[in-house]
Amino acid sequence: MNERPTPSAHKGAVHRPVIHDSAERHVTGSALYVDDMPELPGTLHIHVGMSERAHARLRAIDLQSVRTAPGVVAVLTAGDIPGVNDVSPVHAGDDPIFAEDIVEYAGQPIFAVAAETLQAARNAARLARIDYEELPAIITLDEALAAATDLAPAPELRLGDPDAAISASPHRLSGTLHVGGQDHFYLEGQVAYAIPGEGADMLVHASTQHPSEVQHLVGCMLGVPDHAVTVEVRRMGGGFGGKESQPALIAAIAALAARRTGRPAKLRLDRDDDMVMTGKRHDFRLDYELGYDADGRIQGARFEFAARCGRSLDLSNAIADRAMFHADNAYALPNAYVHARRMKTHTVSNTAFRGFGGPQGMMAIERAIDEIAFALGRDPLEVRRANVYPADGSALTPYHMAVTDSVLDELTEELAASSDYRTRRAAIRASNAESTAIKRGIALTPVKFGISFTTTHLNQAGALVHVYKDGSVHLNHGGTEMGQGLFVKVGQVVAEAFGIELDQVKITATTTAKVPNTSATAASAGSDLNGMAAAAAAQTIKARLAAFAAKKHNIAEEHVVFEAGRVRIGNQEMSFAELAHQAWMGRVSLSSTGFYATPDIHYDRATGRGRPFYYFAYGAAVSEVAIDTLTGETRLLRVDILHDAGRSLNPAIDMGQIEGGFIQGLGWLTSEELWWNDEGRLRTHAPSTYKIPTANDRPDDMRIAIWAKGENREPTIHRSKAVGEPPLMLAISAFSAITDAACAATGYRAFPRLDAPATPERILMAIREATGRAGKK
Amino acid sequence: MARKPIQFRLNGKDEAVFVEEGQNLLDALRRQVGDTSPKYGCGQGTCGACTVLVDGEPRLSCLMLAESAEGASIETTAGLAGAELHPLQRAFLDGFAAQCGYCTSGMLMSAKALLDRNPSPTREQVVDAISGNICRCTGYEPIIDAILDAAARGAGRRSA
Ligand code: FES
Ligand code: FES
Repeated sequence: MNERPTPSAHKGAVHRPVIHDSAERHVTGSALYVDDMPELPGTLHIHVGMSERAHARLRAIDLQSVRTAPGVVAVLTAGDIPGVNDVSPVHAGDDPIFAEDIVEYAGQPIFAVAAETLQAARNAARLARIDYEELPAIITLDEALAAATDLAPAPELRLGDPDAAISASPHRLSGTLHVGGQDHFYLEGQVAYAIPGEGADMLVHASTQHPSEVQHLVGCMLGVPDHAVTVEVRRMGGGFGGKESQPALIAAIAALAARRTGRPAKLRLDRDDDMVMTGKRHDFRLDYELGYDADGRIQGARFEFAARCGRSLDLSNAIADRAMFHADNAYALPNAYVHARRMKTHTVSNTAFRGFGGPQGMMAIERAIDEIAFALGRDPLEVRRANVYPADGSALTPYHMAVTDSVLDELTEELAASSDYRTRRAAIRASNAESTAIKRGIALTPVKFGISFTTTHLNQAGALVHVYKDGSVHLNHGGTEMGQGLFVKVGQVVAEAFGIELDQVKITATTTAKVPNTSATAASAGSDLNGMAAAAAAQTIKARLAAFAAKKHNIAEEHVVFEAGRVRIGNQEMSFAELAHQAWMGRVSLSSTGFYATPDIHYDRATGRGRPFYYFAYGAAVSEVAIDTLTGETRLLRVDILHDAGRSLNPAIDMGQIEGGFIQGLGWLTSEELWWNDEGRLRTHAPSTYKIPTANDRPDDMRIAIWAKGENREPTIHRSKAVGEPPLMLAISAFSAITDAACAATGYRAFPRLDAPATPERILMAIREATGRAGKK
Repeated sequence: MARKPIQFRLNGKDEAVFVEEGQNLLDALRRQVGDTSPKYGCGQGTCGACTVLVDGEPRLSCLMLAESAEGASIETTAGLAGAELHPLQRAFLDGFAAQCGYCTSGMLMSAKALLDRNPSPTREQVVDAISGNICRCTGYEPIIDAILDAAARGAGRRSA
């Protein structure tokens, strides 16, 4: 592990592998998730009645027998909503809480039952009689493209003259790649617990990455101002983007039941309902056309993407935009065109998922580079290295942002050496010549991921810090904890600022009552934004303490120094607690808010130009796989990762993000397959049919390192870099390695056009198709 | 609905509760007894978050009828620590084996069942023992390492 020495001696300081603040509660089973909170007397339990059709008119909804079923206290439909029947995160008005006349996906909520027990609510919901008039449904992306169901106009990115550059290139290729979606399978499903208060007040405990949005949308639904609604979240059992926009629906239904009955009400979705009702990662169709020279250098590229958005807009615009921003991945394209259509289908509305379209966007160019290397008979790594963004900052992205912080050349070479890539590749080729059934493959792929919300105004954060007169500290900020270790990182930042131990800092639940108008904890930006906001709050208090001490001891303020465990005031020393007590006696305010807005970013969506990202995070991975060419089964044999976390705030937490992100990406690209039947019903709606990686699927040999030279060139919090999403895309190396092994199965005679996820069936199909092509040559 | 009294031992303590017909053990532990350390992840026996030990055997409590626990001795994560943390808990804590922590309780129970039978398992045996427990956050490595580490610290011999 990459643990660096730090000048601060105390245990809770930054750049140290400090354990998760909830670790002890996690291992003793005492960490409370929403469903674990003690229930108030009279708490009702909710079950949601969902559409069984993908697209239909609701001719009649007969809920009479539901209402009279045992234990039922209230049955809720659209007509019961006092305010607005919509939870669209972008106020598009297309995400009804309950369907009114039309249903647009199988799984769409139509009504809810609140009952004394969950079982009673479930049993009652089955008694509903819903009369559907079926309408034609568009399920697949290709059907949507044929019917041109675009939900929104797609902006374009254009750099140079791609068409001319492609035509003038000595070599050209084009192709299509289908990339599947992914269910979040946060181990704790969607849940909200609403408690009605005095008057119009409503308190909602929600498992959400975006408390401020839940607050606002619950307020709109109830027809009350934001100030009447408080949303609190202590921790989530995983989020991964699935708790960014989706929890508003769950919280709205719980709050509606609480308002209508005057009793506390909880909605915890059953797992299959969660998988059917809530959005997933977008699947994409990626079309590409490239021109390149004899060395594999790309001269021009055209990317035409299409995303399956499902029935509503949700966050699809920002997601498709981010896919476009990552069409270049790590490669400088002198001429490029990028376009991504946002297609409506009668399936669940797809949503944020770790990487937010970036992973899908990168897949086309990585496939294309493998194909270029095959066509030229070169090592794909050499083609990658010939195209990576140069360190000198001379290259522009397709959105005209200069990439000034590229470490790709150095990082990929260092990983190639440390993983012994070249020797292993030669050995694999030799062994493939010997073996008939088992073929091995290897690939090194880089990642460049843009950090910041591309919707510029979201790049802001607030924090609230109190110092009590005994020197203990209360820390609150707008970020949410979903397991990623945000709380401990921000705690470290505050402990470092005051020179105190981390256990003197109480890290408290996120609540809209303490820090208002927050952005979602998303876009990997949690510690960048909230760390800076908390540091600003701490700085304000420190400045007041320093001014107080300087005046009292009649010295200059710069001679008041906060060091590990003590404060130096001129020649004397005292504990932080003593100074806090004296300052309180001296009537100094020891509480402050802090605020941060990421500087220097701007983007004009109309022209497709700007600097949407504050900086880029980089990483690279080498995967080696073996495939059984008789069954199509794959095994990941070894993975080497080198990842740039800047000057990591907490290397142990970051290692966990890197490893976990990789495995989650591996699931997306190799085993997790979502399958809707012709009627638009999700058939893979349980973990028994939807294959999430288990301990058995992890590679036997995994070597992960945080890049020792990593340092953010921008003045981010202690020069760290965001680490939540980028590692997921390191798993593209496994997909490329499988392609390499499948190519070996053709005797390296044809390039297998593998789609994702690379399930055994797809691998066999790709080998068969490629072998057929090779035979014809 | 018909309610039925059942009695069992939970973490060494006698419990007597009324359960509903068809109610599963997970639900009874969480709601009637108030032990929320076993978690609901899927309710269909596929994620392992609800794993508890029933007479020493790891069981998916979401699939087990509460009434079938009559007379049984049940162990959950809430009862794992004595005056000090159990070595498995210590190893999970020191080894960053929990991120969101939602799978942790089930992992600990599966691991305890393994170490109680086999105090010094191989890596493959550890992987096998937790292969029914999904963790969506870690890549499993810290969990596997923590279990091996606890075994090395004598967790199995202690609790056996
Ligand atoms: S909740 Fe029992 S196995 Fe998932
Ligand atoms: S730590 Fe989150 S599921 Fe395992």
